[in-house]
Amino acid sequence: MTPAVRVDHVSRRYRRVTAIDEASFALDEGRIHGLLGRNGAGKTTLMRLVTGLERPTSGSVEVFGNDPFEHEAALRRTCFVKESQTYPDLSVARVLASARLLQPAWDDELAAALVADFDLPLGRRVRKLSRGMRSALGIVIGLASRAPLTLFDEPYLGLDAPSRALFYDRLLADFADHPRTVVLSTHLIDEVANLLERVVVVDRGRVVIDAEADEVRGTAYTVVGPAGPVAQFVGRREVVARQDVGAYASATVRGRLDASERRLADELRLDLSPVSLQDLVAHATTGSPDDARSFEGGLR
Amino acid sequence: MIDEGRPIFRQIAERIAAEVLDGTLAEESQVPSTNEFAAIHRINPATAAKGVNELVDAGVLYKKRGIGMFVTTGARKRLLAERRARFDTEYVEPLLREAARLGIRPEELHRLITEQEVTA
Repeated sequence: MTPAVRVDHVSRRYRRVTAIDEASFALDEGRIHGLLGRNGAGKTTLMRLVTGLERPTSGSVEVFGNDPFEHEAALRRTCFVKESQTYPDLSVARVLASARLLQPAWDDELAAALVADFDLPLGRRVRKLSRGMRSALGIVIGLASRAPLTLFDEPYLGLDAPSRALFYDRLLADFADHPRTVVLSTHLIDEVANLLERVVVVDRGRVVIDAEADEVRGTAYTVVGPAGPVAQFVGRREVVARQDVGAYASATVRGRLDASERRLADELRLDLSPVSLQDLVAHATTGSPDDARSFEGGLR
Repeated sequence: MIDEGRPIFRQIAERIAAEVLDGTLAEESQVPSTNEFAAIHRINPATAAKGVNELVDAGVLYKKRGIGMFVTTGARKRLLAERRARFDTEYVEPLLREAARLGIRPEELHRLITEQEVTA
């Protein structure tokens, strides 16, 4: 299968700052991908490169086989819903009408259903919308576009939990009937973890994980109990994180739990618990230098 | 609920298998579509499909082209045999370990089990 997106040894440098450093990954057609990482890790820059809003300093980006930069056909197959998206100050109805002109696969019926779901006032000017409503407008456009490549960059600023759940439900329902390549960039990993088929994790501009979500899940676990037995259990195993509280310790160990490990933990009277995708990503990422963060902030 | 830390497709497979085992999904009855599983559990449809396919490979479900997935005749019996084979390591061993830890002697354990049987 040809990937929808191919990022090949891409770097993006701005004077002193390397925002993206030799990133390589591919996004398959017809799957939901998570682009995960801390704030300032380079997620937004990567999406700007993929959508042709920026060019790599070195390396190459391909979207449906073409360089997306100033490539009309590639861009018409792409919909990018940005965090804090700005719209011309028109009514909601006019904004939707112009989005419809730019998106060949646009579905009016779906757009109308989503407008009703999110309770969007069609006649209101965008400037008068609340933060959450503006996010909902972005979500409506992103879903109704049915673009073969749809990217959502933290699309839910100001949306409450029920509205976010609505977004996930509508995304899944429409994706089931009209599969396309979806990229969800988010730091609310726990909320979207089960929606993702594949995850790309970036840290300081580097791709640190590029794997099936189900492969990442279960690659670490936590043992908790008295410090002595925990140390005994850990032995030569690789510890990703460790916390000591008085006589007790908690250690997050890399590896998969098998029956013999469960037995050992049981014999030592230790508690075992799984590590969520969110925590696994946190362990895989070290954060970002402040200068990179402020720079990315300045781009928006 | 789906729990973190284990492949979701496996959890879906286990859940369907459990429903076949307890008779909620009768043999030769149709199981929900992968899109329905995806919507109910709020998971990726491809992940749901992977769980279903695991049961197809195991002979628990079969595909009727263009119609959907159905429970194979004899699936319940097969699952039951598998579960029984694992009962020893999954239930009896931990029980005996805990009993030994608490100093419960075999005769006493036997008595406790018999009493439970009467009340159950």
